[in-house]
Amino acid sequence: MKIREILNLLGGKILCEGVSLDRDVYSACASDMMSDVLAFVKDQAVLITGLCNPQVIRTAEMMDMVCVVFVRGKVPDQTMIDLAQEKGITLIASPHRMFAACGLLYSAGLRA
Amino acid sequence: MEQCVHLEFEVAGNNFAQAGLASDQVKSTLKKLGIDPQDIRRVAIAMYEGEINMVIHANGGRAYVDIFVDKICINLIDQGKGIENIELAMTPGYSTAPDDVRALGFGAGMGLPNMKKYTDVFNIESEVGKGTKVEMEIHFR
Ligand SMILES: Nc1ncnc2c1ncn2[C@@H]1O[C@H](COP(=O)(O)OP(=O)(O)OP(=O)(O)O)[C@@H](O)[C@H]1O
Ligand SMILES: [Mg+2]
Repeated sequence: MKIREILNLLGGKILCEGVSLDRDVYSACASDMMSDVLAFVKDQAVLITGLCNPQVIRTAEMMDMVCVVFVRGKVPDQTMIDLAQEKGITLIASPHRMFAACGLLYSAGLRA
Repeated sequence: MEQCVHLEFEVAGNNFAQAGLASDQVKSTLKKLGIDPQDIRRVAIAMYEGEINMVIHANGGRAYVDIFVDKICINLIDQGKGIENIELAMTPGYSTAPDDVRALGFGAGMGLPNMKKYTDVFNIESEVGKGTKVEMEIHFR
């Protein structure tokens, strides 16, 4: 699916477009613990998290991910947004909680 | 083997926001050298975990990085509190991270196991009260 679809499905707000909304993504990973994210390399393109600090962007960058979704209405600060832009990562804020956000994306075809 | 690049970094202990900067710079250097993206990712993850460990467990340290044509050697040296039982520390899920560190998304006890998993050579030496030295090599495939 395209990142644009994630944005629409999650009723999200786009915070920065480090990579185009037309970028195709197939797999995602969801966690609030960064080492859990780093434990499974499977070319995931999307990170869904309730955590909101610069290490989320760094973790996504180390994993070559292109999109981070912040759930529960978390909004990163400008430093994080600038870092994501520089690293080519698109940031989305969604009002949904983690479980609902994952369910919506899974139902729409995004996989682990 | 011919050496390409030597890099050194000071990793500040009290600066969580800046943690990951050294790993990020190593990543960009490898990209410029045209190293395979899969190899770069293994390096980035292993070094990042090590860097974060120095920040949260050892109040900072230094990273020494040597890049060769066919491999990268990373040495992470700190003068922190040290690790009492290395075997225990290597167990997936084992962590002494306090709650404030967990709230930042670290402390799953997966860092050292991840570092071992993604590297071709992994050695760790530590002395309580003196510090810790982590030596890693990743061979380019
Ligand atoms: N450089 C270090 N200095 C002192 N203790 C360390 C160091 N690195 C690791 N440790 C100890 O080993 C334990 C396990 O480390 P590991 O990286 O596997 O997990 P963690 O850092 O606690 O959590 P995570 O890496 O999943 O965020 C740590 O909780 C800490 O007690
Ligand atoms: Mg760790």
